[in-house]
Amino acid sequence: MTDRSGPIGSPDDWRDRVFDAFERAGVEVFCYLPDAGLDSFIRRANTGNADRAIMLTTEEEGVGVCCGSWLGGKRAVLMIQSSGVGNCINTFSLVTNCRFPFFVLVTMRGEFGEGNPWQIPMGSTTQEMLELTGFTVFRATDPEDAVAMVSEGLKMAWRSDAAVAVLLSQRLLGAKDM
Amino acid sequence: MANVLPRKEAARALMNQVGDQLIVCGLGSPVSDVSSTKDRDLNFYLVGAMGSAAPIGLGLALAQPERAVVVVTGDAELMMNVGILATIGIKQPHNLSILVFDNERFGETGGQMSHTAHGIDIAALAAACRFTQTAVVRQARELTAALERTHALAGPYLAVIKVDPERVPISIPIKDGVLCKGRFRKALLGTY
Repeated sequence: MTDRSGPIGSPDDWRDRVFDAFERAGVEVFCYLPDAGLDSFIRRANTGNADRAIMLTTEEEGVGVCCGSWLGGKRAVLMIQSSGVGNCINTFSLVTNCRFPFFVLVTMRGEFGEGNPWQIPMGSTTQEMLELTGFTVFRATDPEDAVAMVSEGLKMAWRSDAAVAVLLSQRLLGAKDM
Repeated sequence: MANVLPRKEAARALMNQVGDQLIVCGLGSPVSDVSSTKDRDLNFYLVGAMGSAAPIGLGLALAQPERAVVVVTGDAELMMNVGILATIGIKQPHNLSILVFDNERFGETGGQMSHTAHGIDIAALAAACRFTQTAVVRQARELTAALERTHALAGPYLAVIKVDPERVPISIPIKDGVLCKGRFRKALLGTY
């Protein structure tokens, strides 16, 4: 896997700054299914309070968990890969009907440099699907965008009761070599 | 045929002992059962997003560890997202109980037989997912014990309550999700 950023864990790593933005925004719960591009976020989420990282069996569970968390007064985010967006579509009606503040971080597959054709149908439509289901979508293609979009996207979600998605593109993350 | 409880009776028993528990109702008859017996601000009603009752219950239980959270849902609603039992099993929320009103039917769509009508055992699934206790309830006294257990904060707990498959008219007090979310948060947190 190619990577345009510094090594994970170094002080200038943009991934750390993205995760710092989550913490600064008061996010206390991280629901996830893994992707290579999410690995460092998952590792950080799994440090500290044992309740803050929630591993899911399928992405739509995380929609309910995040909304339930906010019903109880805690901010939660969902971290998934683009194929998982498709699994969530009907469940997003919970977010839009109740106007829950909602933030999802999506690592992209099925686009720039993809080597697996099975990822392409969902990856090539992820942004449109999210927009059709009521999300405001920001797509990050370089590290500075990623940090700014997550930081401002979180503000938008919780200050405007909005559904916000930040897509981390394969241009940014690098395509899996396959 | 093994004994089942009248669902109205089960709902009445549940809501008569409710106290300050936080209730999440899965779509369909459970919303009607609970709301027509005792509508209250600390009931959250789903009228869609099938499969989301238990996930919402998990998020709520972890956010409010001092409060008993009770998910009241149907067998098919739970089965749609049955993997959540494994997710709950990992987190072990001590304050989460799931009460499955199991009529062995897809009630809202014409009463078609569901998985549990064919022997699928939701209580056994929960036990395999590390729920601390599970029960299958067919008698009034078993129901009393199950409802007491929801106050114990010793979960995660799941009880399958076998109820009659008779189709009853559905009444839903609030379909407006924004209102339902707002009144719940206002009552629990003092803010919308």
